[in-house]
Amino acid sequence: MATSTAHEARLRPELAALDAQTLQLALRRMHLIRKFEEMAEASYMRGLVHGTMHLSIGQEASAVGAVLPLHADDYILSTHRGHGHCIAKGADPARMLAEFFGKETGYCRGRGGSMHIADVEGGNLGANGIVGGGLPIAVGVGMSIKAQRQSRVCMVFFGDGAANEGAFHESLNMASIWKLPIVFVCENNKYGMSMDIARAMAVGSVAERAAAYAMPGVSVDGNDLPAVAAASRQAIVRARAGDGPTLIECVTYRIRGHSKSDRNLYRTKEEIETWRAADPIARLASELLDAGLVTRSVLADIEKGAAAEIDAALAFAQSSPDPDPAQLARDVYAE
Amino acid sequence: MPSDVAAAEAASQVRELSYAEAIREALGQAMEADPRVFLFGEDVGVYGGAFGVSGDLFHRFGQDRVLDTPISELGIAGAAVGAALTGMRPVLEIQFSDFITLAMEQIVNQAAKIRFMFGGKASVPMVVRLPGGSGTGAAAQHSQSLEAWFAHVPGLKVVQPSTPHDAKGLLLAAIDDPNPVLIFEHKLLYKTRGPVPSEPYRVPLGRAAVRREGRDLTIVATSIMALRAAAAAERLAADGIDAEVIDLRCIRPIDTETLVASVSKTHRLMVVYEGVKTMGIGAEIAARIAESDAFDYLDAPIVRLGGADTPIPYNPVLEKAAVPQEDDIVAAAQRLVRHGVA
Repeated sequence: MATSTAHEARLRPELAALDAQTLQLALRRMHLIRKFEEMAEASYMRGLVHGTMHLSIGQEASAVGAVLPLHADDYILSTHRGHGHCIAKGADPARMLAEFFGKETGYCRGRGGSMHIADVEGGNLGANGIVGGGLPIAVGVGMSIKAQRQSRVCMVFFGDGAANEGAFHESLNMASIWKLPIVFVCENNKYGMSMDIARAMAVGSVAERAAAYAMPGVSVDGNDLPAVAAASRQAIVRARAGDGPTLIECVTYRIRGHSKSDRNLYRTKEEIETWRAADPIARLASELLDAGLVTRSVLADIEKGAAAEIDAALAFAQSSPDPDPAQLARDVYAE
Repeated sequence: MPSDVAAAEAASQVRELSYAEAIREALGQAMEADPRVFLFGEDVGVYGGAFGVSGDLFHRFGQDRVLDTPISELGIAGAAVGAALTGMRPVLEIQFSDFITLAMEQIVNQAAKIRFMFGGKASVPMVVRLPGGSGTGAAAQHSQSLEAWFAHVPGLKVVQPSTPHDAKGLLLAAIDDPNPVLIFEHKLLYKTRGPVPSEPYRVPLGRAAVRREGRDLTIVATSIMALRAAAAAERLAADGIDAEVIDLRCIRPIDTETLVASVSKTHRLMVVYEGVKTMGIGAEIAARIAESDAFDYLDAPIVRLGGADTPIPYNPVLEKAAVPQEDDIVAAAQRLVRHGVA
């Protein structure tokens, strides 16, 4: 489109690689994630739901940027902090919120909740309650893609904490020896619950560990959407070409606590405020505005549209029926 | 036996095969029939498997379908989950069943629960083959019988074949099954021989086999204990005790119906299994009988013969003493029938 051509010369390459429509879609998804999670949190505070949740507020650029270059039929595997990945892959927030509310209309018919949302038809093979649980599964998905001679890619998300699980090392090794079409995306948000990564890992970055498995290891600013998307695109191209896996580390930060029990005893208010100022949504919006890729009114419409979708999602979730206890044992086994 | 199974068996040639050969034949036939089926695990390729089960399959099907893996039990168990989730039918060999302890996360938290957690929107049709049991002098970390752990987990199926015929038929049924199925093969059984039809056939999961009909007591046994119980029953018959022997074949699901019918007839129950007696399969079967109509028919206490409350020792005399032997079954049955005591 005309606007982007005029500005291309002075745009950084990561931004220039994305057209205005894609960037607006990305911004819309980031807003959807933020508003979904704010709604989830508010619903919890109001006593509308039980259980727990893990919010990714502040990490939206990592989820959306990584997924952006994937095709619709590519797979993702997600984590306990997985609302963002799910929305980024195109899931319907109404069915996600219904799942969070434990309703029959939710993605998992209310059996899974926030930690197990899966949108199998949309290529999301599930969030996971176990740290590192998705990593070995990704290896099998990669084997499956290869055996069936498909051109798909599997992207598996995990946190910095999971990088210290044996599953991480076993999975990266197998993916590399068999050159599987996998993109490993580590969202390094600095803490494994309360444990600072600097105290939990002897190396300075998760990406360095890629060297041990003879795959590219890339560390990117996880709050910079175009940068994440660029790193992801390169890894996806490599995977699809049959050249094997890549490890991407998105350096980011979770603004909220680990879960609802977190009193932030392990970090300072100043640290949280510093990262709040690096908000990935505001950052992308202002960059798009500066580059002339959107107008203020388009920005406002995107945000308003996301808010309206989440309001409608809440109405859907609240008005949906609970599962029937007579159906408790359903789906323990496939027939 | 369902008529389709009977027909398939009638049409095929029946030969003597070893338990290991029967498993290999099932794997080969499954891979021939379905390109989604593949075997993987540690040393299953050119080595032919630690117990020789995969044998020449590597040469017949190539390295993509008979795949050697690194020594990464957690990783390969998860790989089976991921492959099963996305259209394949993986068969994973865990070299010794003891090593499944390294893969518990993927089996228990992922494979068993994915279908349920996802509201029925996915399934995990994977098979894990696990050589287990004592008697080979492999000592405490290579001789366990951990099957009851997995029978405690909804979402899994747990199979224990005792004959070459069942080893083939149960494996083919497990590969067809849309759920994760764990097959505990007994290491001492790999060389035992028996009749096996040449054509593919299925032995349905969850159905026990009455190996010998009798009137005086019911002996329910699993895996190699079913063979020891059958041998013990012949000795008991010579001694005037008519034992009914049931080979459970699957411990999840359990064929309660066959057990209740038998105990209602014989009025006495003994359960024989190799796993540690405490909190084991025997307790579950005893409880099912106690909760059933068969309870009213019991003329004597229920007897459990299980593994000792010890790790499996190395010394062969101690090793034998740690799990039920044929003599133990004979003696316990005589006490139960003659004196009504455990």
